[in-house]
Amino acid sequence: MKLDLKKKKLREINNTLQNLDNKKNDRDFVIINPEGSHALCAGLNQEMKVLIKGHVGYYCGGMNQKAYLTIDGNVGTGVAENMMSGTVHVKGNASQSAGATAHGGLLIIDGDASSRCGISMKGIDIVVKGSVGHMSAFMAQSGTMVVCGDAGEALGDSLYEADIFVKGSVKSLGADCIEKKMEKKHLDKISNLLKKSEIKNIKPDNFKRYGSARKLYNFNIDNVSSY
Amino acid sequence: MCGIVGIYLKTKKFEKNLGKLLSVMLNNMESRGPDSAGFAIYKDESKKMYKFSLCINDLNFNKFKKEISKKIKKAKLNQISDHVILKTQKQPKKVIEIINSNFPKVSIVGYGRSIEIFKQVGNPKDVVKKFKLDSFSGTHGIGHTRMATESAITTNGSHPYSTGEDECLVHNGSLSNHNNLRRKLTKKGNTFNSENDTEVAAGYVSNSLSNNKSLKDTLTSALKDLDGFYTFIAGTRKGFAVVRDEIACKPAVIAETKNYVAIASEFQAMAHLPDVNNAKIFEPEPGIVYSWGK
Repeated sequence: MKLDLKKKKLREINNTLQNLDNKKNDRDFVIINPEGSHALCAGLNQEMKVLIKGHVGYYCGGMNQKAYLTIDGNVGTGVAENMMSGTVHVKGNASQSAGATAHGGLLIIDGDASSRCGISMKGIDIVVKGSVGHMSAFMAQSGTMVVCGDAGEALGDSLYEADIFVKGSVKSLGADCIEKKMEKKHLDKISNLLKKSEIKNIKPDNFKRYGSARKLYNFNIDNVSSY
Repeated sequence: MCGIVGIYLKTKKFEKNLGKLLSVMLNNMESRGPDSAGFAIYKDESKKMYKFSLCINDLNFNKFKKEISKKIKKAKLNQISDHVILKTQKQPKKVIEIINSNFPKVSIVGYGRSIEIFKQVGNPKDVVKKFKLDSFSGTHGIGHTRMATESAITTNGSHPYSTGEDECLVHNGSLSNHNNLRRKLTKKGNTFNSENDTEVAAGYVSNSLSNNKSLKDTLTSALKDLDGFYTFIAGTRKGFAVVRDEIACKPAVIAETKNYVAIASEFQAMAHLPDVNNAKIFEPEPGIVYSWGK
């Protein structure tokens, strides 16, 4: 079904997609003329396929559950923020805070993601085919981030737990983020995500693994004078 | 929050429609700044004439015209709502002195050989309509919709700020060291008309440009001297430049085609621009100055 944002209001389109009849079999949607609208396809909670043709604004696909969303364009701040499950595939670039605080699902970005990609991620898998900006995976708690390009300053700052894999260069690591040894289970993880993202020409052992040094976990008595 | 927009035409193709393009950009940024709005348009550059953008507030235009014509001979006046564009060959210093000492109700919004500035409190859509932005032609333009945070909702608190000939600045963000910087600049001879942080940044830019620094160098040193959050668009007669602070919390997106470069806080401000879907669209990187111009 074709949904045109020039003919229908954003709220109307979101309402349609958020309240699909459980018994309905037509679960293929194409949205045209998004023109940078915010919160498009936020709060979808059923299995369906949605293709958005054009650039969208903030929080596209936020809180997604189960839906498979493709954006044929660029996305604004906070794409797939707080996603629980399903897939969001961005064919262009993503602005800041892509996949922020998301608990699950897969976010694929074909282009670059700017700053704070995966900030406070809590279980989402993020695959960026290009590069990520500064402070990506800031305070990340769980999940996996695969970056096929480079990472900006302060990668993984104040990291709790999450696996970060970067193929290119890392401008600098944030506090308590260190390079870690790559084990078979990590290579398998990368391999699986590359496959899901249909990336064929890159091998898992091209990546380096980064994670938490776990030194910020507990109060350290030696630092008492700092408080 | 605040919304900022700018468009620089690389070719003559859209010069007649500049106002139309910019007005939709501003209207679409209403949600980011409903308190006041303003725009600067660069048009009809003259070698001899100076243009003064004046806000006459509730002063009667005909009375003002009569009075000012006595002080400034051969002045040409064009009224658009509560703003007046005054054209004269007289030197800016003298004109500013005449206006400030004789017309306390009139505020000088900006002046130069090319720039025209209009700004007022109220919803951006009303402001755009009131000043007939639709009808403007020009080479480049910059606009702002304001969500007031640190100073009052007044005409003087609205953007763009112009503190030097053909200069203007719009800002999304907030500065934390503006009081100190204002004191420093005041000592150097700058004057300020508001408590607003952006006016200080504009003063900083003017001060640097008057010391023969380029706009690009000026904004590069601003990265060190201005503390706070910002995306700035700074305009001059020749073009404009964009810079974001290193943290880059304040958004900006640029669309470039062979005919124009447009910048806005959000893509939806640019969705109507001609051929935008084939434009090169990117976010300016933090701490890097981008500039376009003649």
